[in-house]
Amino acid sequence: MSITYLEAIREAQAKLLRDDERVFIYGQDVGGTFGGAFKATKGLAKEFPGRVLNTPISEDAIVGTAIGAAMQGMRPIVEMQFADFSSIALNQILNHAGTHYWRTSVPVPITVRLPSGGTKGSGPFHSQSMESIYAHYPGLIVMTPATVEDAYTMLIEAVAIDDPVIYCEHKYLYYHLKADKLPEKGLPAGRARIAREGRDLTIVSYSAMVQESLAAAEELAREGLEIEVVDLRTVKPLDTDTVLASIARTGRLLCVGESFPWGGATAEVIARVTSQGFHLLDAAPQRLNAKDTPIPYHPNLWSAHRPNEKNIATKARALLRE
Amino acid sequence: MLQTAQRSAKSKTKKAAPPHERFLEAFRWMLLTRTLEEKLVSLYRGGLITGGVYIGKGQEAVSVACGLFLQKGDIFAPLIRDQAGRSAFGEPLLDVTRTYLGSRLGPMRGRDGNIHRGHPRKNELAMISHLGAMISVTVGALLAKRFKGEKNFVGLACIGEGGMQTGSFHEGMNIAAVEQVPLVVVATNNHYAYSTPNDREFACHDLVDRAIGYGFEGYSLDGTDLAACLDVIGGAVKRARAGRPPQLVVASVLRLSGHGEHDDASYVTEEIKQQPFSRDCLKVAEQTIIDLNLLAPETLAEWRKDAVAQVEEAIAAAQKEPAPEGDKEDWCALSTRDLVDSFE
Repeated sequence: MSITYLEAIREAQAKLLRDDERVFIYGQDVGGTFGGAFKATKGLAKEFPGRVLNTPISEDAIVGTAIGAAMQGMRPIVEMQFADFSSIALNQILNHAGTHYWRTSVPVPITVRLPSGGTKGSGPFHSQSMESIYAHYPGLIVMTPATVEDAYTMLIEAVAIDDPVIYCEHKYLYYHLKADKLPEKGLPAGRARIAREGRDLTIVSYSAMVQESLAAAEELAREGLEIEVVDLRTVKPLDTDTVLASIARTGRLLCVGESFPWGGATAEVIARVTSQGFHLLDAAPQRLNAKDTPIPYHPNLWSAHRPNEKNIATKARALLRE
Repeated sequence: MLQTAQRSAKSKTKKAAPPHERFLEAFRWMLLTRTLEEKLVSLYRGGLITGGVYIGKGQEAVSVACGLFLQKGDIFAPLIRDQAGRSAFGEPLLDVTRTYLGSRLGPMRGRDGNIHRGHPRKNELAMISHLGAMISVTVGALLAKRFKGEKNFVGLACIGEGGMQTGSFHEGMNIAAVEQVPLVVVATNNHYAYSTPNDREFACHDLVDRAIGYGFEGYSLDGTDLAACLDVIGGAVKRARAGRPPQLVVASVLRLSGHGEHDDASYVTEEIKQQPFSRDCLKVAEQTIIDLNLLAPETLAEWRKDAVAQVEEAIAAAQKEPAPEGDKEDWCALSTRDLVDSFE
């Protein structure tokens, strides 16, 4: 048997609906016989009548409704059809869910699933990676699973957490990643994972860029270079200890993220490493992000816009020469 | 004294009061609200309140009716000018004074101020400043109650004509009707969004006409007439509770203050001040009481005295309490402490 990243997300939701009567799924096209734009909820409306609900195209009200339900003891899972559209819900997520526990001592246990990142031909409004925006604001946990196993266990964990969780699932990984079976348990949220061991350079990454980084590491291995790849898993909280421990072994850091380059998760990693682990570095830390333009439609442009195996390897080689 | 008001708030839910008793009960909350807010204004002018003071002068009749018909288990989402409704719903005066005066012991503990307060566990939602946002949150709370199998509940969310123009409001109204939750939305048109008059806020003939577009039942109301407020809002709550579609009530009043106490409202025209909706609802209600001899003059005087005493007591208590301190604050925005990020 093999299971994809997308199927893992569906299976996690089926398990959550089965095991916990507080759970319901709320979003555009998630219900009926359709099961979501990507089929992440396929069959769930039939299996769990009345608990997988289609909504109007009203991202603000979808999240607002989830917040109100969570305050009353439910565990809503919101599916944004695309992460990009969550911009309409920023107010409810950042200003309402993110501030509520701090202001009132009452946490808001919502999980917002964001189908994130680029795929060929998707263009400026169906390709974005929003994790850095959410991580910037207080009161939210931001998950960025990079493997089938993490997609499954982290979604289950997200719903169990009493605070709002932004769960960034990568659309490119939906069909491209497969696993033999789903795990019972995974690493807890907030813990990074060494995805590949190496001693020459550390690549810190998350979500689909972990897979690109692993491919680059494989390419560099053929040149005799041993690259360590750290998968952050959650960008907030950020597991600085695991990152610093890796750099203590390698002395070099390259951060790779698919979101835009100004600020963001990769900049945060470099800021922490330089302020807490400057003495560990043998060369100036580097980062690689998407270009500072909207995300292009044409596959030729798209593949040059985001980091990929090739330009990650090139950047790593340059850093290793320093 | 504080306890008197709270006991009264609870006892009201036991049995429907005859109309004039309900009127008097509502009037008493309005009187308490006006007394409290006048005192808050003077504290603000004396420099004793940091941040803003936002009062509901002229809107007490609408607001009190919003709080008065809600029962245990109902959801209330008050807004900026709903002190009367909050008190009638059961919010202790001490919550108000603690929040305005920044007591560490208040519901917001100095983390949020003035009208951004609430008790979500007691179904009094804590508004955010972004208008319209509370509509869908109220819908969600009602949806949860339906999921949990609860019966006979309603939610009531307040808004102004300014807030009615946000995208969030439109989305919230639409989703309420799609979900067919027992919601009442009470919109008070006080004729100014901060300084902007109605003609730059919306261009429809009458805001209540929107009800049909949303799938709500809509009612208009003279918000200066307490009896009408009780009748129309009470009726809307009753219909929502009985399973009718969501209810929209649009009340017309004039805001008899600035947007906040920092604002002298010099932009309010003399012409609008002469309109029937510009009457002071508290004075109108009091005149009704006198005209119909609903209350002995000495009882009315006693109520005034009692209101002053309750307010004085709540302020004195909050003033004695400790303020939050930056170096002792628990700077943690998550309830899951294991997942707090570290920026050391």
